[in-house]
Amino acid sequence: MTRKLLTGNGAAAWAARLAQIDYVPAFPITPQTEIIETLSHWIDNGDMPGKLVTLESEHSMITAAGAAASTGVRTFTATSSQGLLYGMEMIYTVAGWRAPFVLINVSRALASPVTLEPDHNDVLAARDSGFLQIHCATCQEVLDATLIAYRLGEDERVRLPVIVNEDGFYLSFTREPVTLPNSDEVKDFLGEFDAQNMHFSASSPASQAVAVLGGSPYSYFRYECHLAAEKALVVYDEIRDEFEQRFGRKYDAVESYHTDDADYVFFMMGCFATKAKAAVDGLRAAGWKIGLLRPRLLRPYPAQAIRQLLTGKKGVAVIDQNLSMGKGGILHSELTSVLYGDKNAPSILISFIGGLGGRDISQEEFFEMAKQLKQATVEGITPAPRLLYTADELRQIHKLQAIAHVEREAYE
Amino acid sequence: MNETQFKRMKDLPTTHLLGTGAPMCAGCGGLQAINDIYDVLGEKTVFINAAGCMTLLSIYPFTPFRGSWLYTAMASAPAGAQGVRDALDILLAKKKITPDENLTTVVLAGDGSTSGMGLSATSAAIDRNLDFIYICYDNEGYGNTGQQYSSATPHAARTSTSTGSAGFSGFKKDLFAIWAAHKPTYVATVIGAEPLDLARKIETAASLTGPRFIISLSPCPTGWGFDPQETTYIGKLAVKTGIWPLKEYKDGKVSHTKNPHVRVPVEDYLLTQARFKHLFEPKRNDKLIDEIQSKVDAYWAGITP
Repeated sequence: MTRKLLTGNGAAAWAARLAQIDYVPAFPITPQTEIIETLSHWIDNGDMPGKLVTLESEHSMITAAGAAASTGVRTFTATSSQGLLYGMEMIYTVAGWRAPFVLINVSRALASPVTLEPDHNDVLAARDSGFLQIHCATCQEVLDATLIAYRLGEDERVRLPVIVNEDGFYLSFTREPVTLPNSDEVKDFLGEFDAQNMHFSASSPASQAVAVLGGSPYSYFRYECHLAAEKALVVYDEIRDEFEQRFGRKYDAVESYHTDDADYVFFMMGCFATKAKAAVDGLRAAGWKIGLLRPRLLRPYPAQAIRQLLTGKKGVAVIDQNLSMGKGGILHSELTSVLYGDKNAPSILISFIGGLGGRDISQEEFFEMAKQLKQATVEGITPAPRLLYTADELRQIHKLQAIAHVEREAYE
Repeated sequence: MNETQFKRMKDLPTTHLLGTGAPMCAGCGGLQAINDIYDVLGEKTVFINAAGCMTLLSIYPFTPFRGSWLYTAMASAPAGAQGVRDALDILLAKKKITPDENLTTVVLAGDGSTSGMGLSATSAAIDRNLDFIYICYDNEGYGNTGQQYSSATPHAARTSTSTGSAGFSGFKKDLFAIWAAHKPTYVATVIGAEPLDLARKIETAASLTGPRFIISLSPCPTGWGFDPQETTYIGKLAVKTGIWPLKEYKDGKVSHTKNPHVRVPVEDYLLTQARFKHLFEPKRNDKLIDEIQSKVDAYWAGITP
């Protein structure tokens, strides 16, 4: 066990190295590239075994990842944003191959307009694919979640690929102290890759990913995939316990921060939850009974745990770093759907959209959200969803628009 | 390549390795070629398939292959081959499998995938010197969806998306030249109607390593409009008219394996297929027929026998 200052990307690369992966199909994209550069450097210098191949696109990269896993080797890959979307056909396709491997997604907002900084619309586009999703908030968590992801995906009751998500820039490029477990400890925890029924060899030919005709066999295989993803909830909890025993760090499917006695709860994913924790500390110092829930698992969705943790709470502020155009926050929809009909559920769920494309969510904004939440519970009326934007930001964008107009007039 | 084991027709296998009962159309020129190709490549193969007609060969729970199969998607079969090849090499290096368990990785894709969305994945597989064989069955259109034009459709052919009096206004993409320009190990054109030439080329491809490409013109009764029993006759005419040159690229050189010294007029080939009927009825379109003939003549004028 050693401690190192690592970026989120560095932690992801270390996780792949410790997991003794065999194969890395790769393609560069900001802010993910550091992961494949690091692995490439280690492999080229003999620091770790394995093979890294740069494909010509993420579509091909994910195809190669699924194909290699289907042939029976432990596979690792990583992407971001447009890359995840470019490969989306294969994200859905390889999930159905039931070939486990781990993909790190370094979240970055989607075009248009094209930008580099993070939000969660990229990874949420993969929500319904069959990939499991684990969302991280610290560099340590990136490393540990990746190891857990291999155990989870490779479990014979699951056999699905897993996305481990870290926020671009805020996590990918931030250095934090990370505890690196010994390689032997990880080896004991993960074991050798067990290909089970996935292989191609001369003496036992196999047909994989074949077509079906008609809705009945199609439905059967889709249901199987769904049931396996659901089963992953139970399996995750087992692995969580074993991981804690071996490594001393515990990762519940839903992280709860000061929620036991809380009346009010912030609900959000990813590393901006760290900002929410600071706000919770500040508000508690001022006498508020407030906490934070952060789902680590998005798929499978830990519905039961969330219902339990929110029992008897007065109100929840759901903060979505994503936007479903014409509907609103995706986490808000997901949360509403599991609380409906539960008589112990909080009666007020307010939807806030913030942190798009790397936009900060300030402490003042968290305080304002808490205030609105309290007021709504007193009045018993849920306010309309709010898109976080300050008057100063609006002034800045008006300035940019004015410049754009002047530039155009000068040209004309 | 030493002596071929296929010196004359009677050296060809008399029974096929590929199972019968596949749901291809009667008279499928693609299946005809794949039958012959599979006989030579054998069952120690894994076919990595791109979306197209041949995707329907393996429908759960049946497959006509005695070896392995992986369906991918339309654009990325060569990337699937990369993943399988690399994984097999890793397993061999780690001694997880013995060398006699090794497989030849074979991509099986149609002309729509090959000359369109699959082209960049193919180009990149050659950059990486991937050890695989790529088989394209070229029925000159998006056959599985009812023969819309693809970039492999010949000039003037009528397809379900080129129904005007002049047919398809574009020109057939020269895949052989595009592949050869990448300087892979081997590129060859074949046709099921010339099984001896086909078997020798597959034999050559199988004896080499690195990226190897086979493009098979695949007469398509439903897409081209002819009676299924005419497949071989039309295939032979494609060669005799010079429309489908049989050739190979090896060691940086292109050579023709059959040179039709006295070429049959292209008209004889065009007349066999409903997709060219508008060139003759209701009024003969001499301009277009001559254009097609002169393109073929120009090609062969540049070929030294």
